[in-house]
Amino acid sequence: MSQTSSSQPLPPMISKTAQWLTSLALALGALITIYILAKTTSTPFKFHMIIMLIAFLAGIVGIMNMGFYKKGQIEAKPSASGVFYNEGIIKAGVIASLFWGVAGFLAGDTLAWQLAFPALNFDTAWFNFGRLRPLHTSAVIFAFGGNVLMVTSFYAVQRTCKARLAGEIAPWFVFWGYQLFIVLAATGYLLGITQSKEYAEPEWYVDIWLTIVWVAYLFVFVGTLWRRKEPHIYVANWFFLAFIVTVAMLHLINNLAVPISFTHPKSVIIFSGVQDALIQWWYAHNAVGFFLTAGFLGIMYYFIPKRVNRPVYSYRLSIVHFWSLIFLYIWAGPHHLLYTALPDWAQTLGMTFSIMLWMPSWGGMINGLMTLSGAWDKLRTDPVVKMLVASVAFYGMSTFEGPLMAIKAVNGLSHYTDWTVGHVHSGALGWVAFVSFGAIYCLVPWVWGRKDLYSLKLVSLHFWIATLGIILYITSMWASGIMEGMMWRAFDSLGFLQYSFVEIVDKKFYLNALRAVGGLLFVIGSLIMVYNVWRTILGHGDAVPIRYKTAHSDDNDDVADEDKPATKLA
Amino acid sequence: MKLLDKHGALEKNSILLLICILIVVSIGGLIEIAPLFYLNSTIEKVKGMRPYTPLELAGRDIYLREGCYNCHSQMIRSTRDEVERYGHYSLAAESMYDHPFQWGSKRTGPDLARVGNKYSDLWHQEHMAAPRAVVPQSIMPGYPFLAKTKLDYRLISQNLRAHQIVGVPYTDEQVKNAASDLESQVNEDHDNFEGFEKRWPTVVAVRDFDGNKKEITELDALVAYLQMLGTLVDFDLYEEDDPHNQR
Repeated sequence: MSQTSSSQPLPPMISKTAQWLTSLALALGALITIYILAKTTSTPFKFHMIIMLIAFLAGIVGIMNMGFYKKGQIEAKPSASGVFYNEGIIKAGVIASLFWGVAGFLAGDTLAWQLAFPALNFDTAWFNFGRLRPLHTSAVIFAFGGNVLMVTSFYAVQRTCKARLAGEIAPWFVFWGYQLFIVLAATGYLLGITQSKEYAEPEWYVDIWLTIVWVAYLFVFVGTLWRRKEPHIYVANWFFLAFIVTVAMLHLINNLAVPISFTHPKSVIIFSGVQDALIQWWYAHNAVGFFLTAGFLGIMYYFIPKRVNRPVYSYRLSIVHFWSLIFLYIWAGPHHLLYTALPDWAQTLGMTFSIMLWMPSWGGMINGLMTLSGAWDKLRTDPVVKMLVASVAFYGMSTFEGPLMAIKAVNGLSHYTDWTVGHVHSGALGWVAFVSFGAIYCLVPWVWGRKDLYSLKLVSLHFWIATLGIILYITSMWASGIMEGMMWRAFDSLGFLQYSFVEIVDKKFYLNALRAVGGLLFVIGSLIMVYNVWRTILGHGDAVPIRYKTAHSDDNDDVADEDKPATKLA
Repeated sequence: MKLLDKHGALEKNSILLLICILIVVSIGGLIEIAPLFYLNSTIEKVKGMRPYTPLELAGRDIYLREGCYNCHSQMIRSTRDEVERYGHYSLAAESMYDHPFQWGSKRTGPDLARVGNKYSDLWHQEHMAAPRAVVPQSIMPGYPFLAKTKLDYRLISQNLRAHQIVGVPYTDEQVKNAASDLESQVNEDHDNFEGFEKRWPTVVAVRDFDGNKKEITELDALVAYLQMLGTLVDFDLYEEDDPHNQR
C-alpha cells in the first residue's frame, strides 16, 4: 500500500458505473420516501419525507451531472507536486462550517436571552426553550463541529498522504448527506420529533441516514490513507480515524430503538432506566471525547505545525497521548451520574478514570503548545496563531476543570447547576470553536489561492471580542452555578432548607443576562470572521490572488522522506 | 524506548491501526456497562412498580417532545438537602420502565421525580397555561397550546407494543385495548370502563385531568403523567438497609 509507482497521477475521472449505482440507490431511497409519504399519519413525518425526496432527486441530478460535459473528467488542477487534490469539497466544507457556526451560535444566544427573559419563548410550541435547546446543541456540535471536522480531515488527509481524496462521488455524498442529516435533525426538533437522548435526539430514520453517511465518510477517509505515497500515517490522521470509528460505535449502540411503526417517526429506545442512563452518558461523554476532542486534536496536530512551520514537539508524547487518551476517555461517562441510582462501583470507576484523564489531556496540550518552540514570536505577529494557541490553552483549562468536577465531592455541588454549562462552554467556545476558527483562517487563503487573509487586523478583533465573550460567559456561569449549588444545600439554624427553589432562580437573573451578553459578543466575533472570509474569497485587501501556487508553502511536500516519524510535517 | 519504536507498524498499516483503536475504545464500555445487565444488585427489589398506562405514556411522550428534560431532572440524589427538598432519593427500580430514561442533567427548574400528587390538577392547568401566573419568578416557557390541542393517540397500541418488544411487561390485552383504556382513564362513564379496571387492577388515578370534559387534550395526558411521577413505590415498605438494596 505504501509504495506506489512514482508515475505522475492522471487527472481524476468519474466512473459511469459508480454514477449509475449511486443514482440507483438514491432512487430506491426516493421510492421508500414516497411509500412512507403515502402511508404516514404524521404531518411532521410527511414534511421530512418531502425534504428527503427532494434531496434524493437533487442528488441523482447532481451525480449524473458530474463530468457530463467533459467525458467523465472532473475539473481539477494539479498542485506543484503533481497531485490533483480535491479542493472543491474543502471550499464547500468551509462555507458550510461558517453558515452552521453562525446559526448555532445565534440559536445559543437566543436560548441565553430566553433564560433571562422568559417572555421570549412567546408561548409557542416551536420556539420554546425545550425545543430550541437541542437545535442549538446539535447545530454547534454536529453541524458546525461536524462540518469543520470533515473539511479539516479531508484537507489534512489529502496533504499528509499526498493523494487525492478517495472517490469522486463519495466525498460529495458524505458532504450533502451530512447537510441533509442536519436539516432533518434541526427541523425535527422544532416540529417535536425527538427521542430525548441528549446530543442524540434525532429519531430512528435520521439515525439510519446518518449511519449510511458516516460509513461512507469512513471509507473515503481510509480509502485516502490507502492511496498514500508515504509509509507513515501522519499523527493527525490517527486522531481523525479514532474519532470516526468511535463515533460510529457510540452512535450505533446508543440509538438502538424499535420504531412504533415504519410509517411513524417515533421509536422506543431498547434500553431503560439505569442501563440506558449509563449508555447515554457513555455516548454523550465520548461525543465530547471523540467528536469534540480527538477530532479537534487532529486539527491541532495538522494546523499548528503547518501554521508555525515547525514539527510537532514530541513524537513519543504523541503516541502516549493518543493511546492513553482514547483508552481513558471511554471510562469517564459515569461522572455524569454521581450520587444517582447508578451502582456505586460504576460511579467510582467513572470518577477514577476521569481524574486520570487529566494526564493525557495535558500531554496533548503540552505537545501542541511546545510545537511553537522557536516560533513564539508568531504569537505577536500572527493573530491566527494567537487563536490556535488560545484554543489549546482553553483546552488545558477545561480538561483541568473537568476532572475536578468529576470528583464526587465537587460534583455533589456542581451537578445540575450552571457550573456544568460554563464548563462545557469553556471547552466548546474556547477550545473547539477557536481551533476551528484558526483552521478556517488557515484554509481559506490556501484553497482559494490567496496570498493571505483579507485582513489580519480583523482576525485580531475577532479574537479579542470572542475572548471577552467567553470570559463573561464562563465567569457568570461559575458565579451562578456555585451560588445555586450552595443555596440548594443551605440549611438554616433550625435545620430547615433555607431557600425555596424559585428564590434561587430569581437570584440568577443578572448572571443569566450577563451570560447572554457574553454570547452576543461571541456571535459578533463570528460575523466578523464571515465578513473577513468573504472578502478573502473575493480577493480583496491582502488576499491577493496567486495564479501559480508553486511558491506557496502549502504545496511543498508535506511529508517527504521515508524514515521520518509520523509527526514531522514540513 | 523499544516499545515505542514498534509503533511504526501501526503507523504503516491503516487497518491494523483501525482494529487497535476499536479494541482500545471498547474495553472501558464493556467493563462498565455490560455488568449492569446481569448483576442482580443493579436494580432494587421493590413493590408497586407498574408500566405506564396508555394515557400516562402518551403524556410522557409530550414531556419528551417538548424537551422538558432539558431543564427538569427526575433523579433525586442521595444527599441530605435533596432528600429534604424532593423526597426519598430515587431508586434505579423507579425508572426501570423508562425507555429512554429521564434522569436529566440540569436543574434549571426543580426535580420532578416525585412531583406526582404534590400539586392539584388545577395548579398544573394554570401553571402550564401561564407559569408566572402561579409562580411569579418562574422562567419556564408557557405551554398554553397543550390544553387546546387534541391528543393524537391513533398509534397508542403500536406504542405499547414497541414497549412490549423491548421488555416492558404489558399484557397482550393491555396492548390491544390501549386506545379505549386511554379514553377510560379520563372518563369513568366510558363503555369500556370495566374492562379498563380489569386490565389495570393496581391503583391508577381516573379523572379528567385538564378541566375540560369535552375532549381528550395533550394536557390531559401530560398532567396524568406528572401526577403519577414518583408515586408508585411505597417507601413505608421499602427497606433501604436490606442487603439486597445495598449497591
